[in-house]
Amino acid sequence: MSATTPGELTTPGLGGGLRDLRQSGFLLKLLVRKELKVRYRGSVLGLLWSYVKPGVQFIVFYVALGVFLGLERSPRNPEGLSNYAVYLFSGIVLINFFSEALGNAARSIVNNGNLIKKIYLPRELFPVASVWVSGVHFFPQLVVLVAGCVIAGWHPDVFQLLAAVAGFLIVGLLATGLGLLFGAANVYFRDSENLVDMLLMVATWASPVMYAWTMVQEKLGAAAFAVYQANPVTIGVELFHYAFWFPTTDGSAAVPPNLFSLWTPVGLGIALLVLFLGQLTFRRLEGRFAQEL
Amino acid sequence: MVNAIEVSDISKQFVLRHTRSIKEAVVWLAKGRKGDLSEKFHALKNVSVEVKTGETVALLGLNGSGKSTLLKHISGVMLPDSGTVRTRGRVAGLIEVGAGFHPDLSGRDNVFLNGAILGMTEQQVNDRFDDIVEFSEIGQFIDTEVKFYSSGMYLRLAFSVAVHTDPEVFLIDEILAVGDEPFQRKCINKIQELARNGKTLVVVSHDLDLVSRICARGILLEHGVVKFDGSIHDAVALLRS
Repeated sequence: MSATTPGELTTPGLGGGLRDLRQSGFLLKLLVRKELKVRYRGSVLGLLWSYVKPGVQFIVFYVALGVFLGLERSPRNPEGLSNYAVYLFSGIVLINFFSEALGNAARSIVNNGNLIKKIYLPRELFPVASVWVSGVHFFPQLVVLVAGCVIAGWHPDVFQLLAAVAGFLIVGLLATGLGLLFGAANVYFRDSENLVDMLLMVATWASPVMYAWTMVQEKLGAAAFAVYQANPVTIGVELFHYAFWFPTTDGSAAVPPNLFSLWTPVGLGIALLVLFLGQLTFRRLEGRFAQEL
Repeated sequence: MVNAIEVSDISKQFVLRHTRSIKEAVVWLAKGRKGDLSEKFHALKNVSVEVKTGETVALLGLNGSGKSTLLKHISGVMLPDSGTVRTRGRVAGLIEVGAGFHPDLSGRDNVFLNGAILGMTEQQVNDRFDDIVEFSEIGQFIDTEVKFYSSGMYLRLAFSVAVHTDPEVFLIDEILAVGDEPFQRKCINKIQELARNGKTLVVVSHDLDLVSRICARGILLEHGVVKFDGSIHDAVALLRS
């Protein structure tokens, strides 16, 4: 809703896509604040739930996978991953961010249907606000992760910190792009949000969150492994491992080949492409939101 | 006087029966797109309306005649299937007061959120906040969550935010029945004041006596077609006959 000079006639209802968000910064801020306030309303633990849920999730996975299935390195199990707890948690926080961002963004248009039906405003605000809110919820988990890393002897260099930023950026852009795509599709076909739920379940296991990438390379051929590697979420998770887990180990663990020279730019490229396609689809579909909701 | 709103030859079709699953759509595609997925009807048919700056126009008609649909096209919420809509200056809809309100937020938070939704900047909301609260007569309850408000308080606050957005063109959809009688009178005075200040008003209401007091021009719609466009008294007389 940009302020146009009263001198000209303009066509209402034609937004400029994501570019409009710059003018709606104030509204975006308020929408994010609303979501944060409303999220844990009426609960005793409040924002603590943002710690408790990933905490429990982490413990369950750690005990089941690290201890029972033997992924953690111990004197009796020298084949395992050292500091598996850090390895696991650094992947989980990123996947949680992705799941929450995409899951909420995909539902955001339908959930805000009452508003979209009545008042014109840049509708991209809703998926973007969802991703933003997930980013805010990601922060406390990041704090816990860093605390865990420090205890495990974390000593990162600047390049490793940049890798974390790159990983977060790739996953955030991908979630925004897919959120625009599925959020718009959800207006027409409510199957869309179920598809997203399924996709998110697959995404958790299609990236080396619970296991090591080397296990995948052993089973898959070079070609299939390249496909596996091209998943931007996989790249994000590997960058997070490099940033948070790798500096806590003795440095003997292998970093996926060409992670920085090839896969990071590829991941960023795919994420940007998805964002572009998501925006394109969104703009084609948004003209009929008001009557379909 | 220049035109504030130019609606030229717009048509809009609505779908009566929706297909809501991918399965049905795929079956339809597999059958070679035979038949229509859905039935359609015309909500608006070749509607052309020009409103000059400062005019006060009432859209009249029975239920389902397309009044609200036309208003949604002017606000940009809907896009026409054919024809064009153009507006001059900022358009704000007082369309169903409180659409942007969240019951779990306080009155204060809702004033900011709703103000932003209606296109106000942070500065504007800050500047007008006291006026908004004063006009709404909410007083000390401004920091209470709006779910605890009475329906009258809720409407008063929402209306108050809306009239303080200060756009060039006001779209008002069936919201004039706000609160008790004194507050209703206050709202009508406020709307008349806006009209005197040269704001363009487009009002949809079934309260014919009320719109004849506020508006000078009446447009009568019937089944999505403009039946009459002229003085409000003739339009009301025609609708009543």
